[in-house]
This record gives sequence, structure tokens and C-alpha cells, in this order.
Amino acid sequence: MRLRLGLGLVLLVLALSPAGAVNPDEMLKDPVLEARARSLSEQLRCMVCQNESIDASDASLAHDLRVLLRERIAAGDSDQQVLDFLVARYGEFILLKPRFNAHTALLWLAPGIVLVVGGAIVFGVLRRRRSGGQATRLTGEEEAALKHIMADDR
Amino acid sequence: MIAELGHFALVLAFVMALAQSTIPFWGALRGDRQMAAVATPAALTQFLLVGIAFAALVHAYMVSDFSLLNVVENSHSQKPLLFKITGTWGNHEGSMLLWVLILALFGALVAAFGRNLPDKLKALVLSVQAWIASAFLLFILLTSNPFLRVNPPPIEGQDLNPVLQDIGLAIHPPLLYLGYVGCSISFAFAIAALIDGRIDAAWARWVRPWTLAAWMFLTLGIAMGSYWAYYELGWGGFWFWDPVENASLMPWLATTALLHSAIVMEKRDALKIWTVLLAILAFSLSLLGTFLVRSGVLTSVHAFASDPTRGVFILAILCLFIGGGLTMFAFRAGKLAPGGMFAPISREGALILNNLFLTVLAAVVLTGTLYPLVLEALTGTRISVGAPFFNLIFVPLAVPLLILVPFGPMLAWKRGDLRAASERLFFAFGAAILAGIVAAAIAGTANVLALFGVGLAFWLIVGALSELAFRAKIGGVRFGDSLRRLAGMPRSAIGTTLAHAGLGISVLGLVAATAWSSEDILTMKAGDSITVASRTVTLQGFLPREGPNYSETVVRFLVGEGGRTVVAMDPSKRFFPARQTQTTEAAIKTFWPSQLYISLGDITPDNSVTVRIYWKPLVTLIWLGAVVMAIGGLLSLSDRRLRVGAPRPARRAVTAPAE
Repeated sequence: MRLRLGLGLVLLVLALSPAGAVNPDEMLKDPVLEARARSLSEQLRCMVCQNESIDASDASLAHDLRVLLRERIAAGDSDQQVLDFLVARYGEFILLKPRFNAHTALLWLAPGIVLVVGGAIVFGVLRRRRSGGQATRLTGEEEAALKHIMADDR
Repeated sequence: MIAELGHFALVLAFVMALAQSTIPFWGALRGDRQMAAVATPAALTQFLLVGIAFAALVHAYMVSDFSLLNVVENSHSQKPLLFKITGTWGNHEGSMLLWVLILALFGALVAAFGRNLPDKLKALVLSVQAWIASAFLLFILLTSNPFLRVNPPPIEGQDLNPVLQDIGLAIHPPLLYLGYVGCSISFAFAIAALIDGRIDAAWARWVRPWTLAAWMFLTLGIAMGSYWAYYELGWGGFWFWDPVENASLMPWLATTALLHSAIVMEKRDALKIWTVLLAILAFSLSLLGTFLVRSGVLTSVHAFASDPTRGVFILAILCLFIGGGLTMFAFRAGKLAPGGMFAPISREGALILNNLFLTVLAAVVLTGTLYPLVLEALTGTRISVGAPFFNLIFVPLAVPLLILVPFGPMLAWKRGDLRAASERLFFAFGAAILAGIVAAAIAGTANVLALFGVGLAFWLIVGALSELAFRAKIGGVRFGDSLRRLAGMPRSAIGTTLAHAGLGISVLGLVAATAWSSEDILTMKAGDSITVASRTVTLQGFLPREGPNYSETVVRFLVGEGGRTVVAMDPSKRFFPARQTQTTEAAIKTFWPSQLYISLGDITPDNSVTVRIYWKPLVTLIWLGAVVMAIGGLLSLSDRRLRVGAPRPARRAVTAPAE
């Protein structure tokens, strides 16, 4: 318990330590490659941090990953190859935008499903509401209940 | 002694909440007026008691009473008084107490100002509110009691996390909680309506001010939190799609939808079932937000408390209220009769589309936030869902909604004329195109999406103002008459305009600061300078400084415009000995409406420092827009017709059949 608390605190401090992570000495000389490195590192999670990209994190792991990433880019890897390399090494967890697969299908499809189902419901409502004449009349029983309520309220 | 008083008051508040949960409820169901009337004094007393408990805790923090465990863990005698006070809710126990205090406050407000509510509805609403209060008071007393003593008391406390020692902590959580907890009122009204089995336009009129208030506070709370993260975390970001941010965004989206659907219900007696469901969902999402933050289930930047027993307890509360609310909805919603008819192209139709998109957006945030948790729990697979995912999905779904916003107020109820509405928006459309062209001339055409974003922002702003201009017949009648019309316009109409225009202002800030901000990362020594956005930034020197509970190294920069020094900026690195923590304080200078932002990396022994300099064009508009939105809400709230104490309309709304 104590240990977990300690670990939690360490993680917290790591996460909270104000960042602005990329250091001048890490940067690649070639601005085009460096720009690629930046945009890639925004998509990669610093795995010991809490929901921070390695681009934004000050943690030493993030530093190592930034350097590794730049090594791969300098070695001539494409963006996709770099991502594949890192996923092979660290797992899907490193991607802040998960890939589409059996595990994440629902995540990617959910917005579309909600939109289509919601849209269908809205379409139905709009059609029903337009066909104005169909307002159901109150049954005699309801009429009586209504009168009762109105009288009750007074 | 004072701490015991507070503890005792808290126990009494729980007992009072139990009484308030049951007696008026029974009375309302039985038609016993005396029992129902217990609700009002009970709610006021409950507020008083929780207030006493909270005051006792604040007192303990102010005098640094280190015989309280909570104070020991989160305070320090050397801390400035302001941060001692705000530190009261800078931790799990204290912030839960603040949550309950605000809950009790809202209950007391309903009790005090709800004189025009029917007795039965009022009794039901207050008892439903007390169910929530009882659950959370029990939670505090059993798992998160801030009044526990330690023996022997230590001489010094462990201090508050330095990141939280900021004015932001004084404002952000209370605002956000006012928003979260404000949703409990519309929830209570919805449950009361379901129990009662009837609901009408008057119900919507009673609920709307509370929803509006909650929405305003959420808007300000989110904006404040965003600005706080922006200046405190030091890399110039203002929205991170952090789960905790998402937790506040979801109720905001839901209350925004609720506000709009309640208008339909109030004016047209339609969308009743949906409005009731939204009221339940909005509060459910607030509870979910509380659960996500308080249980420590996500180890995120904000989770400064974590303990599994608490998590399970809050989860139980969550299931009870969300499950209970939805179950009741499923059983009773059929009793609520649907209302008026309307054509698809109408104000109602526009508001339904608004609700559709807002619901989808909330669903996106919800799945994105919870998916990794659920997936890991079910399969053990760990994935991350972060900013790249949300930006990809959320933004394209938000754009159609933003395009539709100006149309809504231009369409008539029941049957609108799309062509006439479009003609009235012709000017706004021209303004949007023009804004896009101007932006292209200034920033170039490299980022076409951003140019579109600028156009969209102006479409929103000018579109909102066009509605006002149309109503005032500006250009149609003499100018003086237009002004008179403007002055005579209901405040809620002006509120709508401001809220929509504020949205546009925020969009403009978001687009510009995202697309055209510049970033320079470099190592500098004294005397070095760099040009940022046609200003020279020169590092003048390093100065050590002592703060009340920290020591810092300030790096002074001079900012020059046209060879003349206009301002000095002092970012610093602070060291807090109590927690052995270092923080970075960014320096921000506003060149209205843009900002220059300097933050520091490591200072090396040879007196050079890693510096990050950001130019954030139009960035202040993001938060200014939120303030404008909230002012719009306030104006709307002050509308006499909506005021809580205002007399009921002379024409009685027809009630839906009960049984």
C-alpha cells in the first residue's frame, strides 16, 4: 500500500512537472525531418505519464522515446515504419490514436452508429410530427382524469 | 473543538438529509400537506449544517490545525493565507465537502425561491435532492471524513502540491462544482415529474433557469480550467482531451442540449420525453465526471486522490442514481404525452438537429473517455485514446452543428421559411467569406482548413448579430426606432445572440491559436535575443528571489517593438522545499488579443537556459468567448419571464393526463 502510494506520487510528480518537453539538443538538423518527428511525437503516448504525448512530457522515458524516434527517422524510416517499430516494441498502448482492429472497432464506429440511429429517430419524429392530423384524441377516461387534475390544482 | 463541531454538524446534516428524503416524499405521495411542507425548512437547515461543517474545515486550514490528518496532508504553516483557504478543497475530502455544500446550497435556493412551485412538485424535488445529498454525506462520513484527528499531531504539514498553489484553485473547482451540482436540480425536477406522472410547459419554465445557471457555471468553470492549464502547465496548450477535461465537457454538451430542448417544451409543449431524459443524462454525466475525478480510476493529471474503496462507493452511488433514474424513465415516460405538431423546417426542427449533434458529440467524448477503461477491464488490452483521436472525430461532427447555429433563431416556430432565413443570413455569409479572404491575405493559404475555420467563426458571430438586427429592423426603419426596438427586446433574445456570438469568438480563438501559433525552442544566455512575431525578445539576466514558501530563479526577458523596450517578462523556476518539488512559472504578456508566452526548461551551471517562446495569435478570444457566452446566459436568466420568483403565466398550461 505504502509502496503503491509512493509510486503513485512519483507518477503524479512526473505528470505534473511542468513540461514543454522537446529540448534543443534533441532536435534534428534537417527542419523537414524535425517537423515529421514533432508531428509523430504528438501521436505517441508517454507511457509513464497520464495522458500526455511524448512531445509534451518532461519524463525521461519521453526523452528516450523522442531520441529513438529521431534515430529511426534519421535512418530513413517512413512515418508508418516508425510507428510500426514503436508498436512492436511497446504495444498499441503507445498510440494516442488507436488503430482500427477487433478491439477498437466499436470505438471507431460508435460515433457513426449514434449519428445514424439518432438521425433515424429524428427523421421519424419529424415525419410523425408533420402529419398533423394524427394528434390522438383523449379517451373519455383521460378526459375525466384531466378534468380531475385541473380541479385538483385549483 | 471547532473541528468536532464541524464533524458533528456533518453528521446532523446527514440525518437532516435523511429526514428530507423521506418525510416530504411520503407527504407528497399521500397528499399530506404538513408532511410535504417539511421539505423547505429541512433543506434550509441542511444547508446551514453543511455550511457549519465547511466553515469548520476552512478554519482548521486557516489556523493550520495539524491535529487534523487532512490538514497535515495538504497544508503547511508557511503557505500564504489565500492558498491555505483554497487548499481546503485542493484535496479529495475537502473537495467532496465543497461538492455537498454546493448541493445543499442549490436545495436551499429551491426551498427559498421556489414559492411559486406547486407544493407537491416542490416537496418531491427537494426530497429527490436530499436522496443525492444523503448518499454523498454518507460517502464523506464513511470513506472521506476530513475531520479525522491524528495523535500526536505533527509540527508541520506536508504542504499542498505546488501546482495547485494558484489562484486557479480558488476559482476553478467551485465554478465547476456549481455547474455539476446545478444539474442535480433539473435531475430532481425530472424524477419528480416522472413520479408525479405529469409534466407540462410550466415544468420546463421552472427547470430552465436552473439549467441555465448550471450551464453558465460549467461554461466558466471549463474556460477557467483551460486557462489555468494553459498558464500553469507551461507548454501553451489549452485543451488536452484529458479524461478529466472530458468529464466536464460531457455535462456541458448535455446541458447545452437540455437548454435548447427545454425551450421547445416551454414554447411548444413538445419534446417532453426527450427533455426529461436529457435532464437525467446531464446529471448522470455530472456524476460520472465526479466519479472519474474522485475515484482515481483514471490516473490523470487531476487525480490528486485515489483509493479503491472510495471508487467503489462512488460507483455504487453512480449506479443507484443513473440506473434508478433511467429505470424510472423507462417505466414512466410512457405516461408523458407527446405535444404539438411542427414541420421539419421550423424552429423546433432546428432545435432537434441541435440536440442530435450535441448528443452525438457527447457520445463521442463518452466512448473515447471510457473505452480504454472498459476494454482493459474486459480484455486486459491497454489502448490509449488521446487528442489525435478526439480531434479527428469530434471536430468534423462539431462543424455541421456550428454551421446550423445561425439558422435556428431565424426560423419561425411550427413552420419556418428556409429561404427567408437564408436571405436574412446573406450578410453573415458575405462576412464569413470576407473574413476567410482577409485571413488568407494575412496568414497565407497554406492551411485551408484554418481559413474555413475563420469563416465559420465570423458566420457564427455575424449570424448571431444578424438575428438581433433583423428583429430590430435595422435598415428597415428609422435608426432611432431600431434602437428603441432593440432596447425593448426580451433579455433572453439578447442572451441567445450573445451566447451564439460568444461561441463564434471562441471558435475564432481556437482556430487561430491552433493553426498559426509559432514555437521557438532554443538555448539562450544573457544578452541573446530572438525575433518572435516581429518583436525582439532579449534575455537580460538571471535573478534569484525568495517567495513565501519557495525560492525561485527568475529569468528576465525584455520585449522590444521597433527598437524600443515595451515590457519585461519574468518566467521562473520555483523550488518548494516542503515537497521537494520544482515548478515552472511561465510568463505571459497579452498583446491584445494575442499572447506572447515564455516558459523555461533546464538552467545549466554555465548560466544558459532552455527557453520556449510561443506566439499565440488571438488566443485570448477562446476564453473571452466563454465569458461572452456566460454573460448571455446571465442576461437570459435575468429575463423577467424566466425569473424563478416571477408570477406564473395567466394562461394555464394544459397538463398531460396523469394515469
